[in-house]
Amino acid sequence: MAPEATEQKAVEEITPQEASAELGGGNAKLIDTREPYEYEESHIEGSELIPPGVIANRIAESVPDKSQRIILQCRSGARSYDAAQVLQELGYEDVASMAGGILEWEAQGLPVESNVNLTPAQRDRYSRHILLPEVGVEGQIKMLEAKVLLLGAGGLGAPTALYLAAAGIGTIGLIDDDVVDASNLQRQVIHNTKRIGEPKTASARQTIEELNPDVNVVEYNFHLNADNILDVIKDYDVIVDGADNFPVRYLLNDASVRLKKPVVSASILSFDGQISTFVPYEGPCYRCLYPTPPPPELAPSCSANGVLGVMAGQMGLLQANEVLKLVLGIGEPLIGRLLLYDALGTRFTELKVRRDPECPICGPNAPEVPESEMGKFPDYEAFCGGHVGS
Amino acid sequence: MPSVKIPPVLRKHTGDQTAVDVAGSNVGEVLNALVAEYPDTEEQLFSGEGELNRFVNVYLNDEDVRVLDGLETAVAESDTVMILPAMAGGRA
Repeated sequence: MAPEATEQKAVEEITPQEASAELGGGNAKLIDTREPYEYEESHIEGSELIPPGVIANRIAESVPDKSQRIILQCRSGARSYDAAQVLQELGYEDVASMAGGILEWEAQGLPVESNVNLTPAQRDRYSRHILLPEVGVEGQIKMLEAKVLLLGAGGLGAPTALYLAAAGIGTIGLIDDDVVDASNLQRQVIHNTKRIGEPKTASARQTIEELNPDVNVVEYNFHLNADNILDVIKDYDVIVDGADNFPVRYLLNDASVRLKKPVVSASILSFDGQISTFVPYEGPCYRCLYPTPPPPELAPSCSANGVLGVMAGQMGLLQANEVLKLVLGIGEPLIGRLLLYDALGTRFTELKVRRDPECPICGPNAPEVPESEMGKFPDYEAFCGGHVGS
Repeated sequence: MPSVKIPPVLRKHTGDQTAVDVAGSNVGEVLNALVAEYPDTEEQLFSGEGELNRFVNVYLNDEDVRVLDGLETAVAESDTVMILPAMAGGRA
């Protein structure tokens, strides 16, 4: 073995096409120097996995002949380059590293064996996600299999839906019984001038389908109420609440706690936004935060008070970010935290939200809802003191 | 003096100020001092019986005073008291 002080020899680097041609000739041995989980996701046919941490110890077993031609490959070409230097120091005479790794191999349209099924077009479309170790092919497949329901295709729902669609959330449900109005277009970027007068769900569907054909859009062009809510939400993984009135917010909370569905909830007014993520029984619910709604005269609406369109977009994208984290199971969702955003000051404030031991819906003393009562809910219009559900 | 953060819905009662500095050694005193200076805020904050309205959340720094000592919660000079009513805007 060479003494440590010896200067490291440069490594021969070859392109994926050159590697492919050599492998086709049958003389070269391909070694994949990544971790097992990466190899499992996808690998080049005929490659042998030897993770970088153990290659110095294992190579002699795999390739006893030091004159054997060896091509090393990893994800992007860095680990395989280092491994090639290790092999050269061990006396292997004919070693090359595949530049750009399996990412470049795939980008050149060369075939891989994969346990997961993204099409080449999808690997291309979502490549910037796949490059993120926290997402990868596996995470992208989770997104494509995810079903996310948006309550409202307006100020919050429009930007949320647009970005979730771009991200490749496979099923997006949209609940909205409104039509596109010119006054919506200052913030509801999923709609456009030509669609004025069309149902918002249909307009949003058209934009999403043009953006990403992988997304299946389900339209609910009606008002969510106690009679239909369980049927609508039961098949979804995550619900995004961008409702504009309190009765629907409380109805959604109570129904989602019953079915144990996580809800990403935001609200906006003027220059201010609030957002939190309610995961039933893991953290507080909407009622733990707001046990009772304010009287209507103390709860102005955007249509009366105005709202900065950009701020609606910012809050909508914070919602989309929460959804992706829940779907992927990564990061720290806003569970038990209420994030306030002040667009004029560009300030975020985070408040703690705790489970309310007295919560009538998710607290330890909350009455259990028998199966026969599952679809029955209290009168939220009365509870909210005359707030009009639109 | 402690600072009280004013939510959008109350700013019309505080001359459009987003924060007001008022004296007080506990949350109740601070809110009463606010009401004394800006009487129109009372309806949002307190019920007829002088209790904090259930639909208004009050935080001392980042903690809900409901899990502290409510209106009796001690307030230091450098603390921030935040008034947070529920908002429902989003879809329209």
